Amino acid sequence: MERIYLDHASSTPVDPRVFEYAKRFLMKDFGNPSSLHSSGLEARRALEEARERVAELINAENEKCIIFTAGATEANNIAIKGTALRNPAKGKKLAASAIEHMSVLNPMKELQKNGYELSRIPVDSTGILDIESLRNILTEDTVLTSVMYANNEIGTIEPIKEISDIVHENGSYLHVDATAALGRIAIDVQNDGIDLLSLSSNDMYGPQGAGALYVKPGVKIQSILPGGGQERGLRSGTENLFAIAGMGEAARIAKREMTAESQRLSLIRDELIEEILKIDESYLTGHPVSRLPNHASFRFSRIEGESILLSMDMYNIPVSTGSACSSKTLEPSHVLLAIGLKHEEAHGSMVLTLGHSNSLEDVPLIVEAAKNTVERLRMLSPL
Amino acid sequence: MVQVGYTKKVMDHFMNPRNVGVIEDRDGYGKVGNPVCGDVMEIFIKVNDDVITDIKFRTFGCGSAIATSSMVTELATGMNVDEALKITRNDVANELDGLPPLKMHCSNLAADALHEAIKDYKNQDGNVDGQENESSSIPKSNEKECV
Repeated sequence: MERIYLDHASSTPVDPRVFEYAKRFLMKDFGNPSSLHSSGLEARRALEEARERVAELINAENEKCIIFTAGATEANNIAIKGTALRNPAKGKKLAASAIEHMSVLNPMKELQKNGYELSRIPVDSTGILDIESLRNILTEDTVLTSVMYANNEIGTIEPIKEISDIVHENGSYLHVDATAALGRIAIDVQNDGIDLLSLSSNDMYGPQGAGALYVKPGVKIQSILPGGGQERGLRSGTENLFAIAGMGEAARIAKREMTAESQRLSLIRDELIEEILKIDESYLTGHPVSRLPNHASFRFSRIEGESILLSMDMYNIPVSTGSACSSKTLEPSHVLLAIGLKHEEAHGSMVLTLGHSNSLEDVPLIVEAAKNTVERLRMLSPL
Repeated sequence: MVQVGYTKKVMDHFMNPRNVGVIEDRDGYGKVGNPVCGDVMEIFIKVNDDVITDIKFRTFGCGSAIATSSMVTELATGMNVDEALKITRNDVANELDGLPPLKMHCSNLAADALHEAIKDYKNQDGNVDGQENESSSIPKSNEKECV
């Protein structure tokens, strides 16, 4: 059977048009954007063009708001540590939703060791941030609040605009990790009221090794990696031109094609959800409506997620899971625990994320593989 | 070549597990693990003249939990119970050409389940070795701490 790739939240392939555009920066126009000779200037031009394209995708005030990084993890680190360290007079409190990615939670935990107080804002059983808790947690001392645009494991889209209003009432900066949402739903940093937005290239068909941080004009932030002063001094180090140029092209394509593609994918998603929920004791995780168009996530009772992943892989269908056995920490996904699942429930999760290569014709094959997998593993299970 | 992920043998035992099921008129039963931790294994044995003549398992857990269960039933079949008590977690892992380091502990409880089943058999048989009689089929490992 031909591969049906269903793990686009982990990585997307590079769009052939992106590669066609960006390949010249590997061997031909490889100059350093900081050099003043014509090779450098050519590289600088490509870098600034990529900046404009990314700025346009998220409706940033201007292209100077975009700081290129090596990925969303780096962008999250700069956003969190960079604002905390730059604004000591504001206070030493940080807040984050309970379902943030580790690249948000871990930098915050590191600051916690240095005297910062970290509050985790709970979510409801569908993954939507608890607004009352947010109100109660925020104080005048809260420097930064991180809430992701949409969650990678359960697909839930957060009410960012509403959250932004509350966060700003308390004078905190709002940082939003948009890795899972970028290129899938429209993001407008000005309309949404976002101060810092983390972006990743290889979740929207750009090359791996590039990301960006949007910094709203006026936000006080400092470097956490001093060096040659590239990217307005916020991210030193020679720019990864191939990946960044590719990210720019991916952003241009996403802006043009996202609406139609998301509509196409949401039809496949809905069909998948409807069919897979026909399996006994299967449940949707995440929000049924406020959900990424490419995201279908489930849990099955009495079986374990890593086994599901391995079995689906034997059908040539790569999927993801929040099972403990698939993690480096051997703990089940903190996201699944945060939406109120018990440990034994969180072990049996399966996450399907769609992309360009998927079609409606894939659905019966995916459903058949899922049914066989669940049936076989339940036959093995003593529970 | 660098081994990443599971070995071919693990995947074979995961996809085609040997000796799956239950033995109704068993002579010994062992169960270890905890659903909270993501692994539960149970092993049923039929014993004749202290030799394991039939063995079945059921496992809830990850790929290595299923593969190690399958492998331990293969190793123990036809073995004298005292010999089978000497099968270690390492033996099981070695027979599978190795397990990823993270899996060596948490998902490699199959030998423990076998040992529990043999102890259960010995208890019923009135054939108890002094230090091994305090537990029968009560799950011991992984009860509170998952790792």
